[in-house]
Amino acid sequence: MRTFIGIDLGSTTTKALLIDENETVLGRGITNSRSNYDVAAAVSKQEAKIGARFTLFHQALGSRGGAARLLSTLERNFRLEQFLSELGRLEETCMSYLDHPRFQGGKQALKESLSAVFRRIESEASDIYAPGASRKSDFFRDIAGSRFMNLAESASREAGISFETLLNIYDKSILEVESRVSPDETVARQFRNGLSRAFRETNGTDIAEAEAREALAKVLAIELEETYVVGTGYGRVRLPFPKEHIRSEILCHGLGAHMMFPGTRTVLDIGGQDTKGIQVDGNGIVTSFQMNDRCAAGCGRYLGYIADEMKIGLHELGPIAMKATKSVRINSTCTVFAGAELRDRLALGETRPDILAGLHRAIMLRAMSILSRSGGVTNEFTFTGGVAKNEAAVKELRQLIRENYGEMTINISPDSIYTGALGGASFARRAVIS
Amino acid sequence: MSGREVVKSNSQLVQKEMISRNYDRITDGNHKVSSTFVPGNLNELLMCFDIANNLPEINAIQNAMRKKSGDMITEAERAGHSEDVCTYVKADIGMMAKGNIAPNGKPFPNPDILLLSYTGCFTFMKWFELLREQYKCPTVMLHVPYAADGTPTRNMRDYIVRQLKEDVIPALEKVSGVRFDIDRLREYLRKSAAAEDDMVWMLESTKHRPSPIDCYFGGVYYMGPIFTAFRGTDEAIEYYRLLRLEIQERIDKGLCAQTPEGDMPEERYRLVVEGPPNWTSFRDFWHMFYESGAVVVASSYTKVGGIYDYEGFRHDPDHPLETMADYCLGVYTNRSLPTRVDMLARNIREYDADGLLINSIKSCNSFSAGQLVMMREIERITGKPAAFIETDLVDPRYFSAANVKNRLESYFQMIDQKRRLGGSSAAGV
Repeated sequence: MRTFIGIDLGSTTTKALLIDENETVLGRGITNSRSNYDVAAAVSKQEAKIGARFTLFHQALGSRGGAARLLSTLERNFRLEQFLSELGRLEETCMSYLDHPRFQGGKQALKESLSAVFRRIESEASDIYAPGASRKSDFFRDIAGSRFMNLAESASREAGISFETLLNIYDKSILEVESRVSPDETVARQFRNGLSRAFRETNGTDIAEAEAREALAKVLAIELEETYVVGTGYGRVRLPFPKEHIRSEILCHGLGAHMMFPGTRTVLDIGGQDTKGIQVDGNGIVTSFQMNDRCAAGCGRYLGYIADEMKIGLHELGPIAMKATKSVRINSTCTVFAGAELRDRLALGETRPDILAGLHRAIMLRAMSILSRSGGVTNEFTFTGGVAKNEAAVKELRQLIRENYGEMTINISPDSIYTGALGGASFARRAVIS
Repeated sequence: MSGREVVKSNSQLVQKEMISRNYDRITDGNHKVSSTFVPGNLNELLMCFDIANNLPEINAIQNAMRKKSGDMITEAERAGHSEDVCTYVKADIGMMAKGNIAPNGKPFPNPDILLLSYTGCFTFMKWFELLREQYKCPTVMLHVPYAADGTPTRNMRDYIVRQLKEDVIPALEKVSGVRFDIDRLREYLRKSAAAEDDMVWMLESTKHRPSPIDCYFGGVYYMGPIFTAFRGTDEAIEYYRLLRLEIQERIDKGLCAQTPEGDMPEERYRLVVEGPPNWTSFRDFWHMFYESGAVVVASSYTKVGGIYDYEGFRHDPDHPLETMADYCLGVYTNRSLPTRVDMLARNIREYDADGLLINSIKSCNSFSAGQLVMMREIERITGKPAAFIETDLVDPRYFSAANVKNRLESYFQMIDQKRRLGGSSAAGV
């Protein structure tokens, strides 16, 4: 089947979205940008295709009893299969490094330690992907990395070898593993194995395993032809395809927001590196825009620095800020001063939730300035980008919009991170089907 | 970008020689030297006293294009000048601190006089205060009233003429030891007007499709002689005659704008640009336009020294002091925001442009203040899309290529969408 793909290469993550000829979204994929946009584009595209196969499989199963449950169980088990494949590749790569002359003396001890670590991770894998288990990140690098750190430390201690050496081997290997894109056959195998696991887990579905297998085989046989691919985002010039396939992220975000919420007139997008205020007309055409200059103050990256400074995960910032009883006034959203600003307030005895609430407000004040420079806020207002997932940021934004522009419809899609990719996919479709 | 070979025309080579001759004149030790600013400069008057004309902004630009301004700015900041101060000033102060070497490799002499035509840029005053402190030389200021209501008045003109008679001319006589001869001034002004006719023809040549030249990046070269030490000279007349012939030839051949990369292959976008260019990444900046097929058909920066194509101003040898007063009053930074809006909106219409692009300069308040308001107003009047980018004059730290390119590409694609569908149906490709 003909498909149209938009790829949004952000500074932090790369997103791909795949639509069919009728502009129906079939699949979405996301990966970390890892300073290698070629790989990030290929991985996210493969992920979007995986998403599309899930959608097609869902369509094939219809709405029969247990279909939804089977699908979600399959998805979890597919991810487990995917994780195990990657883990296998990671182990292989780590082991291959041991042939290097510098490991000559301690090769055996290192091999045993690594092997023990990988066996442990392998045994924990089912729990990581157990029903209801929460994961801080869905990226292999993050999940495998944090487990490896924990286990390698004790393994190295026990074996009397250097933790640094194990870490060094891991760092080199993860880069290599990350740079490989799973071929379609591997993905198909993961699907099939995932389905077997799902049936072992699921009871009481109306769908027979043989029937599901047959349906899955048909779905996996469908060729997802990349009829037209459009690239957008920060790393778009690095995309391995011609210039006509590249669209500005501002236009893609404008069109994507319009497609998600056709009433949209103003879009705010806060990504890792950029904050953009965009005005669109009734057809999703950008009429005006403003963005931050070279300084990334108040963008997603700023929150990243704050999280690092506090030694917590990025996704934890919002929930902590929501516990605030007041908002501390923060003067600078300069990323360079982020740490100093934070320590300054802590030294004055302010609590972490109150400081974080203030930081979120400061970011949104800066966004409001960019919005007003782009032409203000007109109903409806759509907020997109990674920061739209942060509840504290959204809370401050809602309040500031109300204070400055009155009551307004504020749209935030759970898939807001894919807005640019959606616009890109739509541009791709329009390049072929007018 | 330095690896690319630069394509230069005859007129450019001639201009290069002119500039280098002027630097030799300034640094040869045989001439009295004045420092003065580009907007509303009194070159013809300085010529009456055989005084060489040294323009600090031009030095800053020369240093920026030679990638030297960054170190000079750092030097000035080390001496206590803030990050937010005009970077022309800091490049100049830093150049002095680093030995005050002219682009020809010889040391600049201390100026014999600082001649300040104050034409709307408040920083100029402070800049010359710093220089006066440094050089302890005579300083004379010509105060040009701000044309706040759009049109300069008779009183304003008289006020300037009186200052010329009572302050400026006596000061120049004193420094140079040369007696003022009004007929000599008339002769120079006659030559100015002759060059100005060809220069305005050049400005208006971009009404052709495709435009034979770029009137922003290319324009700053073409404006060079008329805005600096050559207005009133035979050299300037010859330069603009030559330039006119070159442009005419380009029109006859149907060529697109001339660029350092050669002729632009295709003209896809016609823009009007407000604001000075960035000098530290000048070629990279121009290249972003070149690769998208964007040509600038009119720009406010090519009016920064004086405005010739709005009310038809030409220097008038029959009213020598009055005409110099009018020239100073008409300077772009001395014009009110509504006048600037009218000027740019007219440019968009008359040059059949696709829209307005503002290059807002971080450290230049005299240009940047009010630009967003102007942009909205011009969008409203013309119905054409506008966009806003931010760079700096000569501070390399403030040029973010990825950011500028992102905004430019978005703008060009916005024009595409608007052009194809007029915003009336579904967004196009």
